[in-house]
Amino acid sequence: MNAIASEASSHPPRVGLFVTCLIDVMRPTVGFAAVKLLEDAGCRVVVPAQTCCGQPAFNAGDRAAAKALARRTIEAFEACDAVVTPSGSCGGMLIRHYPELFAGEPEMAAKAERFAAKTHELVSFLTDVLGVERVTARFDGTVAYHDGCSGLRELGVKAQPRRLLASVEGLTLAELAEPETCCGFGGLFAAKYGELSNTIVSHKADDIRASAAGTVLAGDLGCLLNIAGKLQRAGSAVRARHVAEVLAGMADGPAIGEPNKERS
Amino acid sequence: MKDGRSGEVSARETVLAGIRRSLGVTGGEAPRRFEVERRLAEAPAGIVPQRGQGDLPARVATFRAEAERAQATVAEAAALNDVPAEVARFLREANCPATVRMGTDPRLAALPWPATALDVSIGPSDGRDLNAVSMALVGIAETGTLALVSGADNPTTLNFLPDNAIVVVRREDVVADYEAAFARLRAVYGKGGAPRALNFITGPSRSADIEQTLLLGAHGPRRLHIVIAG
Amino acid sequence: MTVVPTSARFQENAHEALNDARLQGAMVFARNFAGRRALAAARLPEFDRLRDSASAIKDHTLAHLDLYLEAYERKVVESGGCVHYAEDAEAARRIVVDLCRSLGAKSVTKGKSMISEEIGLNAAIEAAGIEAVETDLGEYIIQLRHETPSHIIAPAIHLTKRDFEHDFRARHTNLPPERDLSKPEQLLAEARAVLREKFLAADVGITGANFLIAETGGSVIVTNEGNGDLTQTLPRAHIVIASIEKIVPTLEDAAQLLRVLARSATGQDASVYTTFSTGPRRPGDPDGPSAYHVVILDNGRSAMLGGEFQDMLRCIRCGACMNHCPVYQAVGGHAYGWVYPGPMGAVLTPSLIGVAEGGQLPNASTFCGRCEEVCPVRIPLPKMMRHWREREFERALSPAAARYGLGLWAFFAARPALYRVAAGLVARSLRLLGRRKGRFASLPFAGGWTRYRDLAAPEGSTFQSRWRAKSGAVK
Repeated sequence: MNAIASEASSHPPRVGLFVTCLIDVMRPTVGFAAVKLLEDAGCRVVVPAQTCCGQPAFNAGDRAAAKALARRTIEAFEACDAVVTPSGSCGGMLIRHYPELFAGEPEMAAKAERFAAKTHELVSFLTDVLGVERVTARFDGTVAYHDGCSGLRELGVKAQPRRLLASVEGLTLAELAEPETCCGFGGLFAAKYGELSNTIVSHKADDIRASAAGTVLAGDLGCLLNIAGKLQRAGSAVRARHVAEVLAGMADGPAIGEPNKERS
Repeated sequence: MKDGRSGEVSARETVLAGIRRSLGVTGGEAPRRFEVERRLAEAPAGIVPQRGQGDLPARVATFRAEAERAQATVAEAAALNDVPAEVARFLREANCPATVRMGTDPRLAALPWPATALDVSIGPSDGRDLNAVSMALVGIAETGTLALVSGADNPTTLNFLPDNAIVVVRREDVVADYEAAFARLRAVYGKGGAPRALNFITGPSRSADIEQTLLLGAHGPRRLHIVIAG
Repeated sequence: MTVVPTSARFQENAHEALNDARLQGAMVFARNFAGRRALAAARLPEFDRLRDSASAIKDHTLAHLDLYLEAYERKVVESGGCVHYAEDAEAARRIVVDLCRSLGAKSVTKGKSMISEEIGLNAAIEAAGIEAVETDLGEYIIQLRHETPSHIIAPAIHLTKRDFEHDFRARHTNLPPERDLSKPEQLLAEARAVLREKFLAADVGITGANFLIAETGGSVIVTNEGNGDLTQTLPRAHIVIASIEKIVPTLEDAAQLLRVLARSATGQDASVYTTFSTGPRRPGDPDGPSAYHVVILDNGRSAMLGGEFQDMLRCIRCGACMNHCPVYQAVGGHAYGWVYPGPMGAVLTPSLIGVAEGGQLPNASTFCGRCEEVCPVRIPLPKMMRHWREREFERALSPAAARYGLGLWAFFAARPALYRVAAGLVARSLRLLGRRKGRFASLPFAGGWTRYRDLAAPEGSTFQSRWRAKSGAVK
């Protein structure tokens, strides 16, 4: 257990939420679910003004733009004890690629290293840093968890969400046949190579439909928009939600891509 | 050919110079030369799996199990002298003709072949032999692999042309790992020396090129029968 | 004479592949590799440490490559063999063809070799009036069809058994037309019989090499069929063609690499035949080739040393990266348009044929990272694909639409105040448009997305604006 957790009782750690562009624009509920989970675990949550982590630029080869955004992000969270993001993909960028981005610039590299060291993906922060072993939530249904690639391979997020999901009352976890296979999102890839991305996500959707799950969960909204969009286009009734919504007990609203019943 | 050769000499220099330019070296640096000579002389072992380790009975048991996993058949004979009878039995039960081709290995030549009904001929294979008997340098427990060396004793063609390859390995020659096999090789050929061919063989020939269906007997033997003797 | 690359047409190639029902049917079988590799890795507790060891050996060798090549060459000469260097594909073809001519060859058998594919060797041999016969079952059918391999270890993975039957009937015309070829066993038996004659008649055998061993001057090939051994044992001469990075220092080093190679490739603990060949037939030997030549090819590799793509030279051609790649699994190998497909091809192709020709390939990746996760020599493939994207970006070679979209995005992302306005605008307007169904079936500016799947409508205002409203903060 590290300093953040041991001090949590006396001085609640100041945790900066890096909400990610997608959640900011598309699904604020996930951001509020993250806030609830962090506050329940004893954190004081702040949300510094922020834009994007720079991953789209980084992956498109635009290093200069990625660096500019990285500098801005590192600065924005300077005053936080920890930075938490409800995304394995943005987490991978902040934690693994920021230091890499500034290789050869010692001063910035050191800053990026310090920033990376205090930054965590949401669910693994709860379990691995704060020592959270269970959540207080209820979800009636069978869910399958899709391992988003960056969270899984860059950050080692695999057992943590499953462990916390196991503590959700009423929830049954079903495993996909290929939970670690990419959904075909890949950021700009999904638009640039739409047809190819479609083939890959169709395979993922088939795997989900072959499982017993009524809801598919993941730790990345990018994957989820892709998967939900495919399931819905194919007429499947399987729903998609961010894992934080279920863990925070905030999964009573419309699932991704579903209409808001009260309003329509 | 003369012209071509001088052309090749310059190609050699060009390739080596290209490598040195990219690496930022001249090739004359003493520490680099020392490092290379040391590694070649010491041939350090890296990570050696536990799987093949153990005393002789353990090694033989692992060797057998691993060879069978690779679809070889394995029989044990109490003594080398029992090998001909085991070969005869194997061929009979596999409905194969009672003929074998083998090299001049004195350990095989000394066996009581006349006591069987086997028709034994000596020499390499020209492709017309159905069954071959060879003697392995060692058996390697780690992966159930046989190591055979080329030469008149055990011609290489016998490992590949006949339909049924029967290989004898002496019990005491079952070693733990590849490194132990190389040590045996160096004991025969000297450090840095090697036979023309060293064949590591693990199971019978196979292909999965047609729809990933595993089929035995692609171009080499359809069956590999191992006799652990002694 | 080398294969004409179509890598720049990756998009079109992929489109064709995705709409080729026959290919899609065959590619189902390519999904078997991953499970087999996982089982083999799980069965060997030392597997991950062996991967570290294997990469360290490759790094060490590459850092001393000039010296190991010299040491290797000395040992080959000592064992009675001959070493030839080729700077490029053209030189390698010329050396091999000259050797075949000087040996009076009429027929050449060939073991599977990606270097042979890279330099377009078969066409050169045949242009010299010499028959060249591929003997690996997969390579053989590819040659019958005048195709190229679609996978580096399973060259015919894109074909079905019906394709084999069709081509065997079309080409083996001396056999009874009424014969049954409906079972894979029958196809294999026929290929074995046809190729056995070729093996026995060949004057020269050409193989590649998985490793060249500096300690002994030996070349190593790893096969399951035994075709490589018949290729190199029966003819009068054995020619090995291998690229410079195949060198390893010692037998022990080769053992480290062998332990990860088959497991990563086919999921076998060991391939059936691992053969160490050192020089020609010795006095008293009753078989084996009388002449032994090694052609060592550079073809752009020495230029990769010391740079950001050096790690790619650790590659041992196991195919694990493509066996675990969602893009490869979807489109197969031919869509990549040159010799090397999948993630390793996406990195290597631009290095060898240039970024203008091969630059599409490193873009066609979701960066899922599974290739790096399974690579036996831990090549950071996604990172190197990104390096290529950076080079393309610097040279303004990336597609205009991507640049434009990214430019607009970067403009807003770099200006937090503007970003908030724009994000809020997008969120609210899309919300209004999409609130009835909760999602969009088509959006004019997101056609690449909505053509194939729905796009969820945003919930409404952005998280940041709601948070500020909730916490009562003033900007």
